[in-house]
Amino acid sequence: MAAQNLQSVPAELSRGESQEQSQEAAQREADGQANFDRVMAEDSRIEPRDWMPDAYRKTLLRQISQHAHSEIIGMQPEANWISRAPSLKRKAILMAKVQDEAGHGLYLYSAAETLGQNRDKMTADLIAGKARYSSIFNYPALTWADMGAIGWLVDGAAICNQVPLCRASYGPYGRAMVRICKEESFHQRQGFEILLELSHGTPEQKQMAQDAVNRWYAPALMMFGPPDDDSPNSRQSMAWNIKRFSNDELRSRFVGMMVEQVRVLGLTLPDSEIRFNEETRKWEHGPLDWNEFKEVLAGRGPCNAQRLERRREAHDDGAWVREAAAAYAAKRQAKQSMTTKEYAA
Amino acid sequence: MSPHGNPEVPASSATEINREAPKASPVVEPADIKSSPVVGPGETRVSTSSNTPGNAWGLWEVFVRSSRGLSHVHAGSLHAPDAAMALRNARDLYTRRNEGVSIWVVPADAIAASDPDSKGSFFESPQGKDYRHATYYTKSEGVKHL
Ligand SMILES: [Fe+2]
Ligand SMILES: [Fe+2]
Repeated sequence: MAAQNLQSVPAELSRGESQEQSQEAAQREADGQANFDRVMAEDSRIEPRDWMPDAYRKTLLRQISQHAHSEIIGMQPEANWISRAPSLKRKAILMAKVQDEAGHGLYLYSAAETLGQNRDKMTADLIAGKARYSSIFNYPALTWADMGAIGWLVDGAAICNQVPLCRASYGPYGRAMVRICKEESFHQRQGFEILLELSHGTPEQKQMAQDAVNRWYAPALMMFGPPDDDSPNSRQSMAWNIKRFSNDELRSRFVGMMVEQVRVLGLTLPDSEIRFNEETRKWEHGPLDWNEFKEVLAGRGPCNAQRLERRREAHDDGAWVREAAAAYAAKRQAKQSMTTKEYAA
Repeated sequence: MSPHGNPEVPASSATEINREAPKASPVVEPADIKSSPVVGPGETRVSTSSNTPGNAWGLWEVFVRSSRGLSHVHAGSLHAPDAAMALRNARDLYTRRNEGVSIWVVPADAIAASDPDSKGSFFESPQGKDYRHATYYTKSEGVKHL
């Protein structure tokens, strides 16, 4: 992922410019657009220093930073259960998963930075409640079975969404997604295993697993975003080869996979309207509450306030670590330059 | 949060959408922020001076050698106050699953890069020089070990 200093700043015409200069800039822009169009037509990749349309940059920035925030906030429902895991093995697994999610956030913040966004600005926006993240993480994880349902359904839906993003037209985003997808399959499998163990346990344990699946099913389906006819930006994202499949298409695929897998678990999905449409060759599901989706996204979900507060707290709690590291680095640098001077003398 | 109860039980009802919350804006009002009274909408406090936008930890590019005999390959980037911390962060971020046996970290601004706009001229010289490739020489086809 290229550095901030490697950014190509879109050529802007300043007032005092000579005509020759502005002509040159216009030519550069035309060449840039031509190159961009060619890359899109060839389904090749745009790299950080390439010319790109402002709207493309903005769309990517919004998507990548929201994605990064989701990974970071997404640590919370599971981190809260680390100290309550039923065994040392489960505790270690959960810690590894949460650590992975932190890593995913960092890969994505890096990718966003290549578009000219400042890392600290992104953190500040998230903490100030100005940035969006996936609505799914504003639901509470009420029981240990939720660790299973989150891994199986939430990470499962994330994988479904993210695999096509590995081919996104923006190089750094695609590369981050490749790294992320490699790590996600462990997340889904460990969740599946938790549910499998519970569903083959006591009747109470099985009931707990079923209850968790019941609560996470619809929110997981909504992770794919609003229905196609209510998703105005999708078409442009698909034209730019950022998005490869529509929200409904991905959701339908996901439902098809879950239908198979839930049988192995010996559980059911809380949706009596799931069916395979022979005509369209697609899986269909019952209605989803898109009002709820919008409410949660707008900050009025069950856990929005507590998620943000926790994130802010963690940031503040880490202040002394950042200060100490900076002070130590400064001290070492001062020492080093002193030794260099001594040598020179 | 209590160490005994479930920390996940939200302040409002667990299963209901919190429709009571302020509708105007998702921005948290200062009154809600017990731990950091300085924060208000629109003026975000940054906890350390080193964390002020624009004055943050430097950006480092990370290169990882995945196994002996292979080159270091660019893995990504990260922020760190110095090289030692950059290396530690790189280990935690890019080699959690034995992905590497060696790591390089390089300050991002120490990298000089070719200009993407001069693609044409900068990389022109190999063009039209097919004779630099073995496939250019076809007369020897069928001759063994050549
Ligand atoms: Fe993730
Ligand atoms: Fe995950």
